[in-house]
Amino acid sequence: MLRMIRLMLAVLAGLLSLPAAAQTLQDILQENPEAIAEPSRRTVGETLDRILASNLPEVPLFLERWRERAVYRRVSDGLFFYAEETEDGYLLFDISTGAPAGGAGRREISALIPNAGVRGAIATALIEFQLSDPDPARRAAALTAITRDPSADHLDPLRESIAAETDPVLKARKERLERILTARFDADPAARIAAISALGHDTGLESRSVLNQILAASPQVAAAIPEGENVARILEPGGADLSREAAYALLVAEGLAPPVPTAQDIRNALVAAIGEGRLPDLDPSSLDSDAARAAAYDRLVAAGSAPPRVTDEAIDAALEAHVFWLGYAEPDPAVTEAARATLDRSLTRVALYQTADIGLDALSLASIYFLAAIGLAITFGVMGVINMAHGEFIMIGAYTAYCVQRVIPDQTLSLAVALPLAFAVAFAAGVAMERLVIRRLSRRPLETLLATFGISIALQQIAKNIFGTQARPLTAPSWLSGSLTLNDVVSISHIRIAIFVLALIFLALLLVVLRRSRLGLEIRAVTQNPGMAASMGIDPDRINMLTFGLGSGIAGIAGVAIGLYAQVTSEMGANYIVQSFMAVVVGGVGNVWGTLAGATLIGGLQKLIEWFNPSNTLAAQTYMILFIIIFIQFRPRGIVALRGRAAGV
Amino acid sequence: MTWFLLALALVTLGATVLSQMGLGLISTSFVKTLGKTLCLCLVAVAMDVVWGYCGILSLGHMAFFGIGGYAIGQWLMYARTEIIVTESLRQSPLPPTEAEIVAAVGSQIFGVVGSSEFPWIWAFADNLLLQLLMVMLAPGLLALIFGWLAFRSRVTGVYLSILTQAMTLALSLWLFQNDSGLRGNNGLSGLQNIPGLDHLGQDLLSVLFLWASALALGGGYLLFAFVTSGRMGSVIRAIRDDEARLRFLGYQTEHYKLFVFTLTAMVSGLAGALYYPQAGIINPAELAPMASIYLAVWVAIGGRGRLYGAAIGAALVSLLSSWFTGGGAPPLDLGFHVIHWTDWWLVVLGLSFVAVTLFFPKGIGGLFDLIPARRPVPDRQGAFGPDRGARRREEGVPE
Amino acid sequence: MSALLEVSGISVSFDGFRAINDLSLAIGERELRAIIGPNGAGKTTFMDIVTGKTRPDSGRVLWGEHFIDLVGMDEARIARAGIGRKFQRPTVFEAQTVEENLHLALRNPRGPFAVLFSRRRPEDAARVAAIATEIGLAEELPRLAGELSHGQKQWLEIGMLLAQEPRLLLVDEPAAGMTPAEREHTTALLRRLAEHRAVVVVEHDMEFVRRLDCRVTVLHEGRVLAEGSLDHVTSNPEVIDVYLGR
Repeated sequence: MLRMIRLMLAVLAGLLSLPAAAQTLQDILQENPEAIAEPSRRTVGETLDRILASNLPEVPLFLERWRERAVYRRVSDGLFFYAEETEDGYLLFDISTGAPAGGAGRREISALIPNAGVRGAIATALIEFQLSDPDPARRAAALTAITRDPSADHLDPLRESIAAETDPVLKARKERLERILTARFDADPAARIAAISALGHDTGLESRSVLNQILAASPQVAAAIPEGENVARILEPGGADLSREAAYALLVAEGLAPPVPTAQDIRNALVAAIGEGRLPDLDPSSLDSDAARAAAYDRLVAAGSAPPRVTDEAIDAALEAHVFWLGYAEPDPAVTEAARATLDRSLTRVALYQTADIGLDALSLASIYFLAAIGLAITFGVMGVINMAHGEFIMIGAYTAYCVQRVIPDQTLSLAVALPLAFAVAFAAGVAMERLVIRRLSRRPLETLLATFGISIALQQIAKNIFGTQARPLTAPSWLSGSLTLNDVVSISHIRIAIFVLALIFLALLLVVLRRSRLGLEIRAVTQNPGMAASMGIDPDRINMLTFGLGSGIAGIAGVAIGLYAQVTSEMGANYIVQSFMAVVVGGVGNVWGTLAGATLIGGLQKLIEWFNPSNTLAAQTYMILFIIIFIQFRPRGIVALRGRAAGV
Repeated sequence: MTWFLLALALVTLGATVLSQMGLGLISTSFVKTLGKTLCLCLVAVAMDVVWGYCGILSLGHMAFFGIGGYAIGQWLMYARTEIIVTESLRQSPLPPTEAEIVAAVGSQIFGVVGSSEFPWIWAFADNLLLQLLMVMLAPGLLALIFGWLAFRSRVTGVYLSILTQAMTLALSLWLFQNDSGLRGNNGLSGLQNIPGLDHLGQDLLSVLFLWASALALGGGYLLFAFVTSGRMGSVIRAIRDDEARLRFLGYQTEHYKLFVFTLTAMVSGLAGALYYPQAGIINPAELAPMASIYLAVWVAIGGRGRLYGAAIGAALVSLLSSWFTGGGAPPLDLGFHVIHWTDWWLVVLGLSFVAVTLFFPKGIGGLFDLIPARRPVPDRQGAFGPDRGARRREEGVPE
Repeated sequence: MSALLEVSGISVSFDGFRAINDLSLAIGERELRAIIGPNGAGKTTFMDIVTGKTRPDSGRVLWGEHFIDLVGMDEARIARAGIGRKFQRPTVFEAQTVEENLHLALRNPRGPFAVLFSRRRPEDAARVAAIATEIGLAEELPRLAGELSHGQKQWLEIGMLLAQEPRLLLVDEPAAGMTPAEREHTTALLRRLAEHRAVVVVEHDMEFVRRLDCRVTVLHEGRVLAEGSLDHVTSNPEVIDVYLGR
């Protein structure tokens, strides 16, 4: 009845508005001024419809101001104005033309203060206008607003705005959003299914979350599955995804079974009963086991003052008597099926992209390990010496870059200076260490290992004393600070790409030096047979010194690279040194390719394990080290192993 | 050997007399420091057997030490929390059931890592006897498995050192996790309170632990002296000097190495189990690879290849370390820079370690050879120390 | 004469280089055999394979009356089975006394626990003293092996091999770096050793081999080129070609 009247009124209003085409916004508002001045969440829809129906150009501005609480009403005649505050009152402006409309005292007008619900409704109405706003930024904002809070109301305005969209980027966004809204809200299942299938080409997070929303399901229980229920699958109580307890709790929640008194409930009931003297002949101190408590509680049950315990058999029987299933909130099975199929397809693609992303991550980690490990590998290959202070050369490189950055503010320039300088400083430190310590300990590899430990301890502490324990940032130039994003899944930061390139450059450089230069020839000779090399006139001391310097220098470069994406601390070297050792051990000694293989394996493995267990990088490292210990069992000489007589290390 | 045991007894008795007897000349904390130092001496002696005699530079023995500490810590913490929980539950109207006590103990212990369930690793925590067994068995088993894998595949020299370091790192990283079941980086604490012995007071307890530590060190010393003497000692040193040759004599060297590695790991576990109740707290940082490196430093400074050398090195360096880093040493004013030892001690230690390896490979123990009255003992560590075979490229021909 | 050691069809290659190529060889009980060949002929690799240091890619090494296959066994087990090896350069445990060295080599149980709880029995001491006398080091028993002269170390090593009581002794270039007098002595010793056990001597000094006066096997490029008395093999044109041809 009421609806009839409302309909008639609307028709009447429509009829009235027809001849009065020259009606202003003010006139429309004045038709029911109280609905504007004191709107409620319930009535505002009707009011908005009326205003929108006028199709007046000033409507969007008005709605916006209304929402922003910038519309005023003159007390004397009830007309609405925009106003600007002055020293002694307000300047008023016409809501249709924006022309000045005189002044008003502070008491003569009152601001309209719509509540949050009303403002939300206004905003929804506004989106329609914003979607076709001339300003692209506002159209984009409207799209973002819809994405954040999608609803069925937005679907039609969105569809209407697509055709007129001129900006290709925004148009694509709109089309995508339209698909998403269609998939969720369209009344026609066929249209929804079509939209859902179209979402399959999209790996974005949004479309996946839409599919997940469509596929939202919850466990249900009943004596039998009701007609028309959209069942995802039947659940087995006690199975993998519905524990016995959860299943029974579901029954209790549905009122289909009595609750089980927990141990806590039993305890509380007993405490209450004892307190009220209902169990006078019972010695409380005897209740120190579950069995004793159960017996006492059963007495309460018998007296009718407590709900009975539920036996396991009763629970089983209750579970047996009901059927559990996972039910979709969405009633149409065709839609959920389409969504499931699309989501599976999309997940497969996402998995592929993720693999690619992990591959990229692993590659950049491997580059770091390669840079950190190659120096170690060369010195170990040539001299049979493990340099435990290698990590500290990494640190020296990083601190060198930090110091350079303090002196040269221009980041690109400072990086260009820091790289060679880090190499030079670490090279010098390495040569000094070789001459002062390692040479004196030649052919005592374990003692060299220990002496370099000592140096490592001292260097770390010295760095701590000079630079403090605080982490020092090494800022990358702005052109390195972005990241290359292929889609929602695959992205890699420029720094990591740069480190990869750096590693490639050093790989190439090393190969050239080792294969083509005189120094390389001599290094290879000493690696393969030191005695023979010495008798051929190669000075092993000089080669050792240069090799050691070279290895240390590359560690310095690695330090700059690590400092750019992590931070510079006195312990940074120690954090990479074990992985570097692992790379050398796994890869095989004295071979650039071996180290490359080792670093790739270690980096890849670490990322892979992290992927399986993303929350726990500590566990990842543990498992990786365990893997390596096992790996050594099968290839004690590493991936690229020398065989025959030369293999005896 | 007699000398060593005599000195040990003297120190223990002296400390007992000075701290008890109403004299109070030595503080309880100093007695504890002494007791802890004796434990460190024991693990250093074990390290010396493995490294100085057998030539395996293990960077994992402090991990075994820590495992021993964790094993005893589990019982200490469980038993003590159980007492506290039982006490507090006594106020409640109903006496607690066993399940309630266990649950309350669980939430007390694991509250810090957001859990209240007992992980499998605590299965024996309520049983002192079993947990005492774990003190030796857990490190022994780990050493046995690791050693079997490593020695079987003939990993030697620096490779082996790196591998033991990796094992140590893996262990400490695993312990750092919250879901390792050992309270993550919180570690186990309150270990100085011995359940059932609270009435004795810390000053008496500290003396008891000093005695226990001294007994363990004396016993361990005798055990290792036995192992490193006679034909066994001969074989062990031969492994260090030329393992390949010994194999051609028909000795299954990996079995010997496994025996030494496991035995010393078990003794290290025992030392740890005595150390941590005196320290009061254990956390994963104690097992970090650095700790094992310091152990090697002590042994090297003390002198490898003689058991008393290792003990002297451990005692001296660890006491000096705590004196310097504890702020006990007065700052040194160089005019342009004031040296605060808390900052610079590690630098001094690191460099002096380099100096010892370079110039005094025999360590402090080498000084004893200078006593003229003594007949010089055969140079048991070889002219160039262990592992000359490590860089060998052809059979039988050291370069 | 039944074979003590029978090597059949073994091959091994390192990085594509065939060090041993389908080599077959049999050594009899109490036989003295010399193996000669130019550098790279595979002499040392042959010994490595027999003693378990190198594993052949194919082939079998059968040992003793029960034809036990030695391939895949480790060095220690092969040594315990009765094969002793003397290296080119003397390798003794220099940080231990002569006495300790000999005790290490004595034929006693070799397990860790047996060794840990072993006591020094009088018969062991007697055996050590006897060996020391035989190798002329009786006076040096308490001295460190590292303090001995080069020749003395050689003798000590041979003494250790005697203590080990092997059934087959592999000797790698025993005459290298020796004075003529010492060579004479060594020849006599090797022949005396061969009275009780099989001895295989790898050598490339023809004069020395001639003095040994035994069956000779010539290896070349990893296989047997000729076998027989020294005169027989030196008259073989292929052998002459290999030794003198280039």
